[in-house]
Amino acid sequence: MATSRVPLVLLACGSFNPITNQHMRLFELARDHMHSTGQYQVVGGVVSPVSDGYGKQGLVLAKHRVAMAKLALRSSNWVTVDDWESRQPDWTETAVTMRYHYGRILKECKQFTAAHNDDSSGNAVPLSTPSPQLKLLCGADFLESFKIPGLWQEDHVEEVAGRFGLVCVSRGGLEPERAVHESDTLSAHRRNVFHVREWVSNETSATEVRRALRRDLSVKYLIPDSVIEYIHQHNLYTRDSESINEGAVLRPLAKQPVKSLDD
Amino acid sequence: MDGHKITKVVLLACGSFNPVTNMHLRMFELARDHLEDTGLYRVVKGIISPVGDAYKKKGLIEACHRLEMARLSTENSDWITVDSWESLQPEWVETAKVVRHHYDQLQPAEQTDDDVDTVKYAKKRRAEKPSHRTKRGGPHLMLLCGADVLESFGVPNLWKQDDIAAIVGRYGLVCITRSGSDPHKFIHGSDMLWKYRKNIHVVHEWVTNEISATHVRQSLRRGRSVRYLLPDAVVRYIQEQGLYTAESEQKNADVILAPLQRYSGASTS
Repeated sequence: MATSRVPLVLLACGSFNPITNQHMRLFELARDHMHSTGQYQVVGGVVSPVSDGYGKQGLVLAKHRVAMAKLALRSSNWVTVDDWESRQPDWTETAVTMRYHYGRILKECKQFTAAHNDDSSGNAVPLSTPSPQLKLLCGADFLESFKIPGLWQEDHVEEVAGRFGLVCVSRGGLEPERAVHESDTLSAHRRNVFHVREWVSNETSATEVRRALRRDLSVKYLIPDSVIEYIHQHNLYTRDSESINEGAVLRPLAKQPVKSLDD
Repeated sequence: MDGHKITKVVLLACGSFNPVTNMHLRMFELARDHLEDTGLYRVVKGIISPVGDAYKKKGLIEACHRLEMARLSTENSDWITVDSWESLQPEWVETAKVVRHHYDQLQPAEQTDDDVDTVKYAKKRRAEKPSHRTKRGGPHLMLLCGADVLESFGVPNLWKQDDIAAIVGRYGLVCITRSGSDPHKFIHGSDMLWKYRKNIHVVHEWVTNEISATHVRQSLRRGRSVRYLLPDAVVRYIQEQGLYTAESEQKNADVILAPLQRYSGASTS
């Protein structure tokens, strides 16, 4: 009997300022890749926009970024938007966000099992399906961020790469492998870092999209029509909006390291 | 009051569109922004003209499908349209002829050339001298293309020199750059292109968006997702029709591309 595939949920954290077609491509590519390993069954995708507390320059209000992501993903039958992270009072470390979502997924899984797997006498029947996993979906630039001093806590890198795992989508080239190589922690967990190649160069960076919007240039076909409409309705992404948080220190760099809270 | 007269422009994109992708559509948007930014032009229409099956390019699926996909992709555009004339011709048609056909279509009715096979215009007139074409009252027509098309002007037997001269001399070219190509260098290296450099508008694509249709077809053959590279309606159509298989990619594998067949051996003037 063939081994069952591990149910897998992909979580993408980021500014999504705004969400672009490229963000949504990451999910598609990652799903195809993880399926093709033969070991995983991707059962869900989550877009988790960062909270306003992140303090990044040009970051428009979370309520808008969440709304735009929801519009963009309306037509997707497996990727959803979760606003938990965006509603937290302060910026939340990636590891903490991952813990939250993992706990949520486990709970949903247990509820599903309880509803479907009891035998006639009401006893729970043991599952043959392995326990679900949560992995962080990211681009190659994200791996580079592990090098930035003060941005990551060492034990968090261990948790994200070791306990959970990364699915990193990039164009050709060896930059992602090099980033893993240059970090002892990532290197120790290299078998839990999946490299997905996007041979089509589709670097629709949200920065470029915002730039085009400021200059009243077209962004059609880079982001969904519904998102373009939303942006115009709410007059987002102007020269003023790009000045939000100008000169401020990015929250992760300012925050005191906190001892990891138990689940 | 502004002393400049604003020239109306229609952009025409010829190509396989096998299939149409978001990148093709982006080219129109970029070209329009660029031209209007100069303050000299107003882009009033975009035309996608898929090549006919007689082009015999490897992997080229039936024109009816390519047309339908292009139509689906422009559903949500208020200025980009699809034209089937080129694809309905029994033989492959040189790009310069396609350009001329569409230019003539755009002119006010009584000034059409008499050698275009449109049934609408019954009056026959002598062809006007080339230098007068742009003053016939209709909009300018410019060919929209990627830098690879510009560079294809240099491929032996692919283009007639007269045709290149017509496209850049009489009409105009809007060329969207791709990373790895330097259109300015190429223009500089060709006397003819350099002569008509004012008619060649080079648009820099800062957001690298190189969705190649070849890659899209490969992904489809391998059962991989192409979502968000093409408009959703096109992805659905491809799935429903079962297009782009290993078999479809072998179409025309042993056939010579129509322009090469037509021009090789013939002297290029």
